[in-house]
Parts: sequence; C-alpha cells; structure tokens
Amino acid sequence: MGKIIVVTSGKGGVGKTTTSASFAVGLASRGHKTVVIDFDIGLRNLDLIMGCERRVIYDFVNVIHGEAKLSQALIRDKRIERLYTLPASQTRDKDALTLDGVSQVLRDLQQDLGFEYIICDSPAGIERGAFMALYFSDEAIVVTNPEISSVRDSDRILGILTARSRRAVEELDPIMPHLLITRYNADRVMQGEMMSMEDIKSILGIPVIGVIPESESVLNASNTGTPVILDEKSTAATAYADMVDRFLGDSRPMRFVNFEKRGLLKRLFARSAS
Amino acid sequence: MIVMSLLDYLLGRRKQENTAELAKERLQIILAHERTNRNAPDYLPELQRELLQVVAKYIPIDLNDIQVKLERQGNYEVLELNIPLPEDPRGTTIRAVTPTRHIAR
Repeated sequence: MGKIIVVTSGKGGVGKTTTSASFAVGLASRGHKTVVIDFDIGLRNLDLIMGCERRVIYDFVNVIHGEAKLSQALIRDKRIERLYTLPASQTRDKDALTLDGVSQVLRDLQQDLGFEYIICDSPAGIERGAFMALYFSDEAIVVTNPEISSVRDSDRILGILTARSRRAVEELDPIMPHLLITRYNADRVMQGEMMSMEDIKSILGIPVIGVIPESESVLNASNTGTPVILDEKSTAATAYADMVDRFLGDSRPMRFVNFEKRGLLKRLFARSAS
Repeated sequence: MIVMSLLDYLLGRRKQENTAELAKERLQIILAHERTNRNAPDYLPELQRELLQVVAKYIPIDLNDIQVKLERQGNYEVLELNIPLPEDPRGTTIRAVTPTRHIAR
C-alpha cells in the first residue's frame, strides 16, 4: 500500500511547494512510482514549479466531481520516469474538496494505479484545504523557516496532525512527523542572528529530516519550472537529495548546518582587507 | 576581559545582541501557553454561543463581551464564564466558576 505524505507548514512562503516538487522528483528518480498532488484549490502553483503548467487539462476537482478520469488528470513528467503531477483546480469554490472525494482519489492512486508515494502539497493556513491535505497522511514533512512566526505555525500544524487527522480520529499509529528546515543560513546562526537547527528541533520536538540552505538556485529553478533538486550543482539540490535518502532510510550527515570554518590568518586578512 | 575582547576583535566576531536566543525564549513561552489551550474541547465556541442566547433572553448584554475559559487549576479543569452586565452602574459581572472534571493522574 502506497504511503501518503503531506508537506505542510501553516505559514505561507516557507517552501512547501518547492519541497513537494523536489521530494517527489527525488523519490521517483530513485525508482519509486510517485505522484505529487496540489491541494491549494483556487491558487494552483505546483504545476509552475514542476514546469507542466501548459499541459494541465483536467484537475483534482474534475476527478472528484467525476468530470474526468484520474488517469486523464495525471500529468506524466517528461524528465523523470514514474513521476506524475495532479494539479489543483482554479475554482474559487472552497468546498470543492470533500473528505469522501479526496479519500476515493487517494485510494485509487494507491490501489488501482499502484503509486508507492503520494505527496500532498498543502496550502498555507489551517483552513479546509490544509486540513484535507493532512487528514489521510501517514507521514508529514513539516517545512519550517528559522523564523519565529514559522516555528509557531509549525507547532499549530503539529497539534492538528496529532489531534485531528484520520490516524488520530481512528486511533491508529500517529502520523510520523519530520522537520525540514528551509532557508537556513549557517553564517547568521553563528552570529546569533538566526535560530539554529538544534533550537528549532528542541522547540518543536520532532526529528529533523533535512536542512536546506538559503540558496539563489531556488528562485532560478522556479523561474524555469525545474524542481531545484535537478540543479545538481546547487547546495539546495544536495540538501534535498540527502533529505530524500534519509526519508528512504539511509543515514546522511547533516550538511550546511555549520559555518564554514576559516583559519585565523584568513580571518585576519579578511578583516584588514575590508 | 581585555584579552577576550581583543580575541573577539582579532577573530572578527562582532559584538552584538544574540537575537536568536531571544526568539527562542519568546517561542518557548508562547508555545507553552498555546499548547495548554490546544486541547480545549471543540464544543467550547458552541457552548459559548448557546449560553449567550440563554442569558440574552433575560438580560440585555453585549454579545461580544462574554468570555468562556477553560483553565487547569491543580487537579481540576475549571470552566469559567464571564458576562459583564452593561446596565449595571456598578459594573459587576455574573461570574460562574465551576470545576468541571477531575483530571486523572
């Protein structure tokens, strides 16, 4: 039975869609049949990040309403085998998603189409769309910036995961949460200007699956519709690749969390030069 | 001390406030507070609305002024209800404090 993983955060703009895209690409390129679903009904954007916006014909809501078959709405990735995108609709109807409808689509993806991993890209907030995205999940990637409001919102989402998800309601094993810290700047952490990985981990109390350094390549990747994990020379891509490996059970040392140590002489020279 | 600051200077460390530490402390305090309220039952807003309707039937009250709080006091959870009476010149309030249930330890 395929695993359902929600990528969530509460706060907007922290990198949920960037993460969903790269995570899905990473899983598929390691041989797993993967689908990434945009749950942001009304504000479709995953298609842009995946670079398939011009190939959207049918969407998630069309499938739920029976206006299209699931196989018609799935967009097969042109770069990576075994990778599919299910786009959100642009309808403004907030009630377009229902628990029954979502449940049926997820079951079809798991059972009929044999997907191993189903990535649910959550919208920001704690409203209906975010709730639908997390409700059926088995595991959760909680995307957090080292920023005070982001950490607080992640804590809210963790509360909802533990109290209101299907696994909580049906008293099954709880959702396994993973903390992914994005836009990390080890230099600023060193200067005491940014909370460290350890700080955030201890506040939220869940294990860290990865730390993605602040990187210019993220914007370049979204400009071109290429998930950043494919920009192999970038630090963000390396960090996402490590995160995918950890998710699949391999251990990887945490990179980019320590400020690159410069020798005393180098520092003295850097100082006199400035 | 002088040696330390000289060392700081030589190593290029800037002397400045550690704002990350402050962020961490603020988060720890606010999250401790929010986590206790998080487990409040879902019926609380509904209860508040219905209680209001009953009271409003008999007394003219400002619908926005009622407060329902669920607090933990020792081994008890206490449901506290505050309704200010605008008509009362002394500005007293109806205040019902009811220990609702014993918390199993």
